[in-house]
Amino acid sequence: MGQIQLSKVVKRFGDVEVIPPLDLDIDEGEFVVFVGPSGCGKSTLLRLIAGLEDVTDGVISIDGQDATTLPPARRRLAMVFQSYALYPHMSVRRNIAFPLKMAKMPRDEIDRRVENAARVLNLGDYLDRRPGQLSGGQRQRVAIGRAIVREPAAFLFDEPLSNLDAALRVNMRLEISELHNSLKTTMIYVTHDQVEAMTMADKIVVLHAGRIEQVGSPLDLYRAPANLFVAGFIGSPKMNFVAGAEADEYGAHTIGIRPEHLAIVAEGGVWSGKVVVSEHLGSDTFLHVEVAGREAPMTVRADGEVPFRAGDIVHLSPDRTKIHRFDAQGVRIA
Amino acid sequence: MATKHSRAAARLMISPAVLLLLGWMIIPLSMTVYFSFLNYNLVIPGPHNFIGFKNYYYFLTDPAFGTALVNTLVLVAGVLLITTIGGTLLALLLDQPIWGQGVVRVLVIAPFFVMPTVSALIWKNMFMNPVNGIFAWIAQSFGLQPFDFLSQAPLFSIILIVAWQWLPFATLILLTALQSLDSEQMEAAEMDGAGPVARFVQITVPHLSRAGTVVILIQTIFLLSVFAEILVTTNGGPGNASTNLTYLVYAQSLLQFDVGGGSAGGLVAVVLANIVAIFLMRMIGKNLDA
Ligand SMILES: Nc1ncnc2c1ncn2[C@@H]1O[C@H](COP(=O)(O)OP(=O)(O)O)[C@@H](O)[C@H]1O
Ligand SMILES: [Mg+2]
Repeated sequence: MGQIQLSKVVKRFGDVEVIPPLDLDIDEGEFVVFVGPSGCGKSTLLRLIAGLEDVTDGVISIDGQDATTLPPARRRLAMVFQSYALYPHMSVRRNIAFPLKMAKMPRDEIDRRVENAARVLNLGDYLDRRPGQLSGGQRQRVAIGRAIVREPAAFLFDEPLSNLDAALRVNMRLEISELHNSLKTTMIYVTHDQVEAMTMADKIVVLHAGRIEQVGSPLDLYRAPANLFVAGFIGSPKMNFVAGAEADEYGAHTIGIRPEHLAIVAEGGVWSGKVVVSEHLGSDTFLHVEVAGREAPMTVRADGEVPFRAGDIVHLSPDRTKIHRFDAQGVRIA
Repeated sequence: MATKHSRAAARLMISPAVLLLLGWMIIPLSMTVYFSFLNYNLVIPGPHNFIGFKNYYYFLTDPAFGTALVNTLVLVAGVLLITTIGGTLLALLLDQPIWGQGVVRVLVIAPFFVMPTVSALIWKNMFMNPVNGIFAWIAQSFGLQPFDFLSQAPLFSIILIVAWQWLPFATLILLTALQSLDSEQMEAAEMDGAGPVARFVQITVPHLSRAGTVVILIQTIFLLSVFAEILVTTNGGPGNASTNLTYLVYAQSLLQFDVGGGSAGGLVAVVLANIVAIFLMRMIGKNLDA
């Protein structure tokens, strides 16, 4: 169980329409990521699904049943908040047991489930500590533990990793993916980080100012972004955009080339320019090249061992089969 | 302020203040201790002989002492009960978004700025007076016999007056604590299936426990020495019905001009206040640990 359907859902705060009419289907067992820049309405959308905000208009159904006006507790969804929202005066054990206690479950069943969750999440040694005595990653795990013991129809995550340091973030990303693989429960995950979206999602929903720009698998979005916004948002480093005469050649208003689809050639090439910055990551080198007649430098992803330094002149040539074309409205030309 | 030199300078600079404060405390205290061992009554001339613990003996065996002790504890407990429960409820109300919130909050704080003597007199003459008071008028308009608060329930009336003065303090502290409660915690509890009552008991009350402890400790210190309200309303009566320890010391030393007995009573009150404080810290002090 865990199929969620939004149809014509609208959310207004006063006069401000944060979510214009929006349709979305989430299938059972899917890992769906809502991604978009800060303030685009991701959290609002998640809170609408959770029932923490009332929809202004439209219908939300869960497992085929209208849940639009159901209180949060009766939607059988569990949420992991950005701040973790652990209960500071309760031990880890009582935190995890809290939803079960509220559901008036028998004691031995509660104990069994808490022990089980603690084992899955490696929290066994911390069960009697308070949240204040745990590290960020451990608190995160307690929050997840509190969500999984309820065996909900779906999990909702609101930027759960944004308070963690980079190394821990990568770890927790893996752990959440593994959790999804073993539980096979629907998960809806909100993030502003396209790397998290690309690495974790079965299905990415790209949001921009409350509107859905594109829905698809990570590779669909990478290969065939539906518009300029998605093209610029998905992929790291960002896609290079070229407009004007060079785009006209391809019968487009704007063309886009990903940094990894630009080659550095000895001479000739389509563009030439001076390297302003070269970022050596070891495995790759990102060169930022200032091309005459362009405001923004072009980004090139080259081999880790390329010898270029700032100030060198390079010639660039695109892989013509990997060029994305967009019309004057910014929509992809197939 | 880290070098040896700067520390020495700092000590030198604060020493006058420290000495002044020390003198302020030590001199009256030692004089009180000294007087408490003397046979020293202002209306009995003659030498002030050293009489050992007799003053203490008389104070502790005075039949009024037991009553005063019980009254003190009842007064403290009663006011604490009303202010913490009432303060929590008021804080919950004031935390709701309402029109004119700022004005309402100022109004709620207002009683705290009224002098104890003034507020006690207002209560005595305008509310509780069996002839002219507003409570009497209400009772009469229902055809009931007016209730003479100050002679029929003197201690309860004083508890009411003192609680009215301290309610704003408790409300204010609990309100700030309430506003620091993370809204995501409440939402998490809501999703976890906790109803409004369960959320209040499981999330709000524990969150308020630290502020509540501060309220209780600070109020206790002041409530042990309530005096003005008793003086202007009941004068400790009828009989000893509303006499607390502070008032008993006053009655001993100033009404009977017994300096020695009053000093002994004052020191007994200090010791009892410390016992109450230790007891309280044991009971609820752990709430203050982070
Ligand atoms: N309770 C609210 N009242 C008014 N505006 C709100 C409220 N919550 C969110 N918003 C507005 O809705 C927009 C989307 O917010 P949010 O969903 O939190 O964005 P995101 O999570 O994508 O960063 C923002 O412009 C924000 O100012
Ligand atoms: Mg957000």
